[in-house]
Amino acid sequence: MAEQVAKRQVSVPLMADLAARGESPEVLFWVGCAGAFDDRYKRVTRAFVRILEHVGVKYAVLGMEETCTGDPAKRAGNEFLFQMQAMQNITTFDGYGIKKIVTACPHCFNTIKNEYPALGGNYEVIHHSTFLQQLINEGRVKVQGGESYKGRRITFHDSCYLGRANDIYEAPREVLAALDADLVEMKRSKANGLCCGAGGAQMWKEPEPGKKDINVERTEEALATLDGNAAALDALYGVESGNAGATPSPNKADNGIIAVGCPFCMTMMSDGVKNKERESSVQVFDLAELVASAEGLNA
Amino acid sequence: MVQVLQQILFLLVAVLGIGLFAWQVRKIRANILQGKDRLMGGSVAERVNKTLLVAFGQQKMFKRITPALLHLVVYVGFLVINIEVIEIMIDGLAGSHRILRVLGPGYDALMATNEVLGALVIVAVAAFWWRRNRTQPVRRLTGVELRAWPRLDANIILYVEVALMLALFTMNAADLKLHQLRGEEMPGTFPVSALLVGLMPDNVTALHVLERVGWWIHIVGILAFLNYLPSSKHFHIIMAFPNVYYSRLVPQGQFSNVDSITHEVKAMLDPSYQVPAPPTDAAGNPVVQRFGAKDADDLPWTNLLNAYSCTECGRCTSVCPANITGKLLSPRKIIMDTRDRLEEKFNSPLIFEPNKYQGEERMQVDEEGSLVRGYVTPEELWACTTCNACVEACPVNINPLDSIIEMRRYLVLEESAAPNSLNVMFSNIENNGAPWAFSPSDRFNWADDLYVADKETGIRS
Repeated sequence: MAEQVAKRQVSVPLMADLAARGESPEVLFWVGCAGAFDDRYKRVTRAFVRILEHVGVKYAVLGMEETCTGDPAKRAGNEFLFQMQAMQNITTFDGYGIKKIVTACPHCFNTIKNEYPALGGNYEVIHHSTFLQQLINEGRVKVQGGESYKGRRITFHDSCYLGRANDIYEAPREVLAALDADLVEMKRSKANGLCCGAGGAQMWKEPEPGKKDINVERTEEALATLDGNAAALDALYGVESGNAGATPSPNKADNGIIAVGCPFCMTMMSDGVKNKERESSVQVFDLAELVASAEGLNA
Repeated sequence: MVQVLQQILFLLVAVLGIGLFAWQVRKIRANILQGKDRLMGGSVAERVNKTLLVAFGQQKMFKRITPALLHLVVYVGFLVINIEVIEIMIDGLAGSHRILRVLGPGYDALMATNEVLGALVIVAVAAFWWRRNRTQPVRRLTGVELRAWPRLDANIILYVEVALMLALFTMNAADLKLHQLRGEEMPGTFPVSALLVGLMPDNVTALHVLERVGWWIHIVGILAFLNYLPSSKHFHIIMAFPNVYYSRLVPQGQFSNVDSITHEVKAMLDPSYQVPAPPTDAAGNPVVQRFGAKDADDLPWTNLLNAYSCTECGRCTSVCPANITGKLLSPRKIIMDTRDRLEEKFNSPLIFEPNKYQGEERMQVDEEGSLVRGYVTPEELWACTTCNACVEACPVNINPLDSIIEMRRYLVLEESAAPNSLNVMFSNIENNGAPWAFSPSDRFNWADDLYVADKETGIRS
């Protein structure tokens, strides 16, 4: 008989219900449009909720009261639409007296944290990578009891809106380090990270004519890094590169993981892996999925 | 008599050189002030600190070690050799000779440092020339925006730097030989010129002439170079400092707010909201403000200062994901176009022919000539992923992204000229509150049938 895990059904708490009971949450989980609608990223949302449930944080979500932060509109130059969205969300937040917001989307994170204050919305906003790092540091998540990632090759792809935009480089890496995996860094990482190609509203349009898609370029780098394929890395970086970082290894990474912390990066890197026909050996996971599975929370 | 004539001549040359430079700087200052006001923020201490680290300390150069070291040699050489320029100025005006000799041992150290740096500058400049002019140059030193004039400009700078150093060595070597022939001790220590003494003639008159020629070429060269700067990418040696001082101190992900739109939106949501009176011009008429930037002077003034601080090194372009993958966008081109357009529309420096690229056409110029479409095409603007790699890469904190967003704002808000797929995204947000065409009522469906392993009581059975 298959192993059975005791499980319970989660009824995700809605902010409106808490408010009706006169309660307020410790933190509001901002799901974001990708987290709510994109089939792949819904799994990340669910993984993150499992972690919240497991550690017993008092949280709530806005449910159908959520609406786009306006990030894609602002990056595309539609400041008017951005501000309409922002004002609407600020009204919602302030109506519920929200103080602290956590989100798994770096774009939502950046917009609410940095661009809402000019419009009167001031909140403590944290990205789920920082939140997860705190839970691990406090010992509330042990990263034990589930899937083991010990020795698995993982490379972290920095999201531009988490990294360069907000200088968060260490939190996601500390989360991954807790998995006891074999972390390998792409040469273009942290402040020098290469975009997945989806930022600035590119997610919603075809790329301009060129010789390659950006997500393919980035996926090639991630795959070559996981594989330790120095020749492929050389070809990618071209002139003015010592390429000292690559570990030569003729083998293709088996069971490698590209870790991401952003819904758009998730889409772009997954498409890239498909494009390179490597789905069988390399998977793309969000930090929350890795933590939830390592903690044995999936049920 | 000859001495007095030289002093008078030097005074004239110096006044002319510095005066002409001041005149050019005024024109450029006026150009930069064509830009819109910008909310600065940040404290003076924070800005000074940034300037010390990034501009004086060259912090961001050290992301790439080879060019950083080469550049450091030329930069330190520039700073230290300028102390000798002070001596030359005093000597020229007062008719003295090597006046700083009063420094004693300090003068030995200064001259020796100068000489060593001078020699290193020649080596570094040779390396720069090689990186730029060999059959396969460093990738970032190529690109569509580096047409005939920018390429020539880059080489002129290198040639002038070598010429200035050679003049310095000629002057010192001839002076050394003169002192030797007279059996005198020359003040200062000259480790490099000492090696060149053997190349000098034995004729005293010829040596005098050589020493004077070296002296004059060095100082006239510097004054001429000073006046070449405003026409050149080399202007960065001055502009980098104010540019870094006025750089954005907010997180890179924070894009500027458009206050006029904030007032409109607030008025829409709350009819009792009082919209402040629009800014007025000198005559009291309201100034009609354009959304975003169509032309160079629609940009904030800091972005125009950016354009004058760019030395066209291409670090921005070489890390741009769009450029790497073969798209038309090059952040460096955006900055260079801004300067060219500004000078075409307003004041131009002494040498200004952006449209004359020795037969090479600027890309896709249209008749209107404004920055958007006249210089920068919408295709370039729409290829940007707003990833901030260019901003991060710039050693002098230029922000091409800010200008790109301002131009996108113009295209969208004034011309409704976004790519169609983005218009679809806009209407999805307006209608569904999400950039995709999903029904808002499905927004909470992700929470259906969600289970979590109950580890508190979670005994595996």
